[in-house]
Parts: sequence; structure tokens; C-alpha cells
Amino acid sequence: MHFGLNEDQTMLQDSVGRYLEGASELALVRGFVDGDPALAAELQSGLMDLGVPFVLMPTEQGGLGMGVLEAALIQEALGRNVSPSPFTAAYGMAVIALRTCGDSDWLGRIASGEVVMGVGATEAIGAREGAGLALSGDKVSGRASFVMGAEAATHFLLTTGEQLLIVERGGAGIEEVALTTIDKTRHVVNLDLKAASAHLVSGNNHGEAQSKMIDTGRVLLAADSLGAASMMLEKAVAYSKDREQFNRPIGSFQAVKHMCAEMAAKLEPCRSLVWYAAYSQDHVPEEAALTSRLAKAHVSEIAKFVARTSTEVHGGMGFTDLLGLHYWFKRIGANRQLLGGPQAVREEAAQLQGWVA
Amino acid sequence: MDLNLTQEYVDFRAEVAQFLQAHKDAAPNRNDRSVSSEKRLAWQQILLAQGYAARTHPKEYGGYGAEPDALKARIIAEEFSRAKMPGGISGQGINMLVPTLLELGTQEQKDAYIKPTLEGKMVWCQGYSEPGAGSDLAAVKTSAVVDGDDFIINGQKIWTSTAQFADMMFCLVRTEPDAKKHQGISYILLDMKTPGIEVRPLMTMTGHAEFNEVFFTDVRVPTHSIVGNRGEGWMVANATLTHERGMLGDPDAALSRLHSIADIMKQEQLNGASLMDNDIYRDRLVQLQGEAYAMKMNGMRLTTLSSEKKSSGMAGLLVKLQGCELNHQMAELAIDVMGEYGMLYEDSPFVRDRGMWQTHYMFDLGLIIGGGSAQIQKNIISERGLGMPREPKPAKPAAQSTN
Repeated sequence: MHFGLNEDQTMLQDSVGRYLEGASELALVRGFVDGDPALAAELQSGLMDLGVPFVLMPTEQGGLGMGVLEAALIQEALGRNVSPSPFTAAYGMAVIALRTCGDSDWLGRIASGEVVMGVGATEAIGAREGAGLALSGDKVSGRASFVMGAEAATHFLLTTGEQLLIVERGGAGIEEVALTTIDKTRHVVNLDLKAASAHLVSGNNHGEAQSKMIDTGRVLLAADSLGAASMMLEKAVAYSKDREQFNRPIGSFQAVKHMCAEMAAKLEPCRSLVWYAAYSQDHVPEEAALTSRLAKAHVSEIAKFVARTSTEVHGGMGFTDLLGLHYWFKRIGANRQLLGGPQAVREEAAQLQGWVA
Repeated sequence: MDLNLTQEYVDFRAEVAQFLQAHKDAAPNRNDRSVSSEKRLAWQQILLAQGYAARTHPKEYGGYGAEPDALKARIIAEEFSRAKMPGGISGQGINMLVPTLLELGTQEQKDAYIKPTLEGKMVWCQGYSEPGAGSDLAAVKTSAVVDGDDFIINGQKIWTSTAQFADMMFCLVRTEPDAKKHQGISYILLDMKTPGIEVRPLMTMTGHAEFNEVFFTDVRVPTHSIVGNRGEGWMVANATLTHERGMLGDPDAALSRLHSIADIMKQEQLNGASLMDNDIYRDRLVQLQGEAYAMKMNGMRLTTLSSEKKSSGMAGLLVKLQGCELNHQMAELAIDVMGEYGMLYEDSPFVRDRGMWQTHYMFDLGLIIGGGSAQIQKNIISERGLGMPREPKPAKPAAQSTN
């Protein structure tokens, strides 16, 4: 038994992390936020060179055939660097869904780089007003809301609740409404569809594929928040050693030290939880659904605490745009809402265990 | 990451399970608190011979002499817990004194104390804390003055669990009153039957006396009872404190506590409906389940780090703070779901489990405070774990200012 990362996994995370530290530095992220799409394209091709999009792709499609744990390690690095990347949707959720359905055609097109898949799964979790899709023949109508991965998507993988289908971005009958969220490092859209052409994903196990897709998506969002929160903690500690008031570093005041200790003590077990939740997706199938929900809910709560506390440790500077700490704060905030907030996800966890009448 | 056990460990697990099955009748009751009943001592002998107690202690002192293997240790703990059978005798003698003697004791001390301690025939208590030396342990004032071949000890210890039935005490006393705080302490072993020692039970908020106070009045102890040299007691004690940290935490304990709360919530009724149907209580339960899972996985990570002889870092430093807090919050939930029944205690009519959850709720608060309070833990986490600066020492009182 070995609970931890092996050498390859550590190397994978380090190499993606090193690349992103330079390529996704804050000044560049600001450029993307201000409307220059160059960074997203640059990261897309840089990550492609590192093989990142192929991590979950089966080897038959030229992929790396790795597991959700490896994907989570990459996602953690993306969160650490608040990187604009459609990874969660495009190379996590969509690939898992298509892999489960055995749709080698679309997998091949993703592997070649021709297709980048956004994902709309909200309706399968809890439909807000006006949301929901209906398929009639090969035409789909309705609204898909909070569709993820719109930074770079060429296509969208959507669900009617029972069936998974793919539409081409910008196709006839598709009206795309860009949403402004607190987190401007990633793009989320609504799609209003009126008899738009849809390709049904192959295979007849769409229900299973949808569940796995959402489970994986939640693990990845937890990993993203873990990465973002780890960075916020490190920044708080570094700032507190540097910033002086009353002729001493504020980090020597117990009030400040204890805030940092609380962040660290709550956050470090999240790392083990994310590793296990990710590992169980491939290796402990009977735990996969539960651990995905527990990780999503628990890490969301702890990351929110870290986001708030780190900002407080930074004092007034934490509140400014100048320091840019708020990009991490908002990334964590958006992750909390996506694919089910903590209470909703915990209720699903209770249902899974037969705790809901 | 590979959570499968290799064949060696699968076989080992089967071996432990088989052993426990075969020895069911020899085991004393798990809840039997008496430390030295015949059955318990006999059980300890069986476990020592099998290597399920004192597994890594040297053979020459009565241990089993196995190579340290954190995973096997964990498997043993898991199988005993699964079989609901008591493990070997633990306590401060085995967990703290023995490792210290192995590291720093004289040959005579090792020969005299280790074997009977491992066998459970010699019970120890720890004399560290004093009324004026809690978090600031190095402020101990209990004095030991040399008189011929003896130390003469005067002073008081507090929070001394097991003192009422301990044969021996290892304690910190001040032998060099003129030296600096940390350099004036010595680590001494003494017989609890020595004249001049008085043990008084210390009643706590739970209604039980889980601790004692120990008073020393002109207690004569031979000078060769010292471990290490005079004035080195702080260093010797810190060697044991490191071992104390190793004692903490069965990674599965929190989740099994959680499941017993889930059972209570299914059984307890409110207006004819199960408490599990209450959305708010259920949400709290799952919230704690997330934390308990995180702590369990953190514990698994520590097992691996330990078997690879790697430093446990932050994952280890947080265990006491987070583990005690989690247990406390679970007890709180159990009490809350029981409503008015939650306040019943002791032998009250209608009491559930003799008020066990209230006892947990109070005792766990004691654990948050004891063994390094939560605030001390946070200092340790921030200073050793995060490299944050220490609180500056207050300046020496300056000459009286005129303004």
C-alpha cells in the first residue's frame, strides 16, 4: 500500500506547475481578464505540448491513458496559477463521458486538437428556471445553462438528463449568451437552442457516462480549489513575514499566526481527500460517487475559509486590485457554485448512503 | 498511489485475524479499565509473544524485535478494532518512558524497567505539568536538592493521570535553581511508594477523577534515578514528547464514531419521524463525514510517510488540533440530535448510553486543552510548519521612565 504520489505523478505535477508559473503569471492572467484572448490560446498550445489534454484519453486514441488522479494533479496546478484553461470540461469531464460511452470518433477529434469540448451538465444536477433540453430527432431545443469551458470550445457536450449530445459552437439555432461571473479567469455561457443540429454520443450507457462525468468534474473542481487555496495560504504566510507594523513582522503576532495555522491545518487534509477521491474514480468504484461529493463539498468549505482568511491576513492590500489576490478568491468562489454547491452535494451524498427517506 | 496490499500484507492481515479468532476467550473485556487484572497481564504476555504488542522493541528487553513497519502496525490496529478485542497495554510507560530509556537510559535503568513495563507489571505515570507550568512546561518549580546520595524532592505535580495506581513516575524537577530556565531541569524516575508522596484525585467537569494531583514533601530518591545528566531534563523530556505525538490517532476511529451517530439519528424519533429525516441534522452529519474522510486519508498518508521514513511535515503537525476538534464536534452533534435526552447524564431514568456523548463532549474538550493546547498547537503549526517568526520576548523591564 502506498498512499501518496509516485515519482511519475510528482513529476507530472511539477512540470505542469513549472510551465504555468511562467506562462500563466498574474500579468498575463490580467491580460486575459481584460479581454485579450492570447493567453488562453498560448496556454492551450503550451499544455498541448506537455500532453496535458491527453491525460485521460485512452491510449488507442493516442492518449496517455492515465487516471483521474493525474487529471486532478494538473487541475490543482491550474488552480494554483488561476490559469484560463478549459481543462475541467474539455479534457476532464468530456473525455470521461466519451470514454465511458466508447465514442472513439469524437475522442479522436479531441485528441487531434480539432475539437475542444465545452460541457453543460448543470441540468442533470439541478435545473434552475427555464433550463432543460429536449431532443426531437436530431434537433435539440431548450436552454443549457452555466456551460463550462467556453474559453476555447469549438463544440459543446450537453445533456437532456437521459442522453448526451454534442452541438457545434455557433451552429444554426444556437444563441450563446456570455455570462459575467466573479471569476473572469474562465468563461461560462448559457446556450439557447432552437432546433439546433445535435450529434448523439454513441453507446447506450449515457446515464452511467453522465454520472461519471459529473463525479469527475466535481473532483477536478475540488482539486482546482485546493490549488488556489494552497497558493492563497502561501501568499498569506509570505506577506505576513514581510509586512511590518508596530516595528515587527505581522507574522510574529499570534493573532496572525493562528489564522495561518488554522488555514494550514484545515487545508492539508483536503489534499489527501482530493487524492483519494480522484484515485477512487478509477480504482475504488464503490466509493467513487461518495468521495467525489465529499471532496467537492468539504474542499469548497475549507477553500472558502482560506480565501476569506488569507485576504484578511493581507489587510487592506488583500482588498485591492493591485495585489490581485482576488483572482484566487473569486476562482474559489466560482468553483463552490459550479456543479452543485456544498449543501446540495452533501444531500446527494446522504441519498447515496440511504440517509434520505 | 496504490491502495492495494501486496501479498505479504494480505497474508499478514489474515494471520492477525486468524490469531484473534483463535484467542477470543483469552482476551479481557475491551472496556475493562483496570490496568493490571490477571487476565489483562496474561493477554499482554500472549500479545508480546506474538509481536502484537511492543512489536519493534528489542528482544533483549522483552519486545518482539521486529523492523518498524507502519503498515503492519496499522493492520494490527485495524484487525483488533474489527474484532472488537483489546490491543496490548499502552500508556505513558510503554509509549513515552520506554523509548526514552532505550535512547538515553543507563544499562541498569534499561534492565530494571523496560521488561516489566512492557509486560504491564510496572505501571508509570508522568510528572510533568505543575500548577504554574502548563503550556510553559519549562517553568517547573518542583525542586530536587542533593543530600548525600539522594535527591530531596519538594513540590507539586498536576494532571497526573494513572497516578493512583502507578508503581513509578518519570518526572521533571528543578535541580539547578541558578541555571537558565531550560537548563535547570532534570528527568528523574521514582517509586510511587516512597514516603512523602501524596496522590489526591482531581475531579473534573465530567464528574470523574480522570487525573490526580501529586504532592511531594521531602521525598528521598537516590541520585542514580536520573536519566541523562543533571540539567539535561528538558532535552530528555523532549525526546519523549516526540514519542507522545506518535501515540495519537487511529485513522478509523472518527469514521466509526460518525457511523454510531448516524445510527442514533436513524433510531431516535421526533414527532414520530426519524431524526435522519431532519435536513439540518443530516447536513451536519455529512459535513462531519467529509472532515472525517479527510482526516482518515491524512492518516493513511502519514502511514505511508512513516513507512518510508519520511518527515510527516504539516500532515503530522495538524493531527492533534484537527482530530480533537472533529471528535468534539461529533459529540456535539450526537447531543443535539437527542434533544432533551441529550442532557440526561449518569444513571438518570431514560438516559441513552449512560450519557456517554456528554462525557465525550466534555472529555474531548479536555483533550483539546491537554497535551499541548489548541493555541500551542497553532504556534507549533505556524512556527515549525509554516516557518513564521516566533513571538518576540517582551523587553526586560527598563529603568523607570520619568514620563
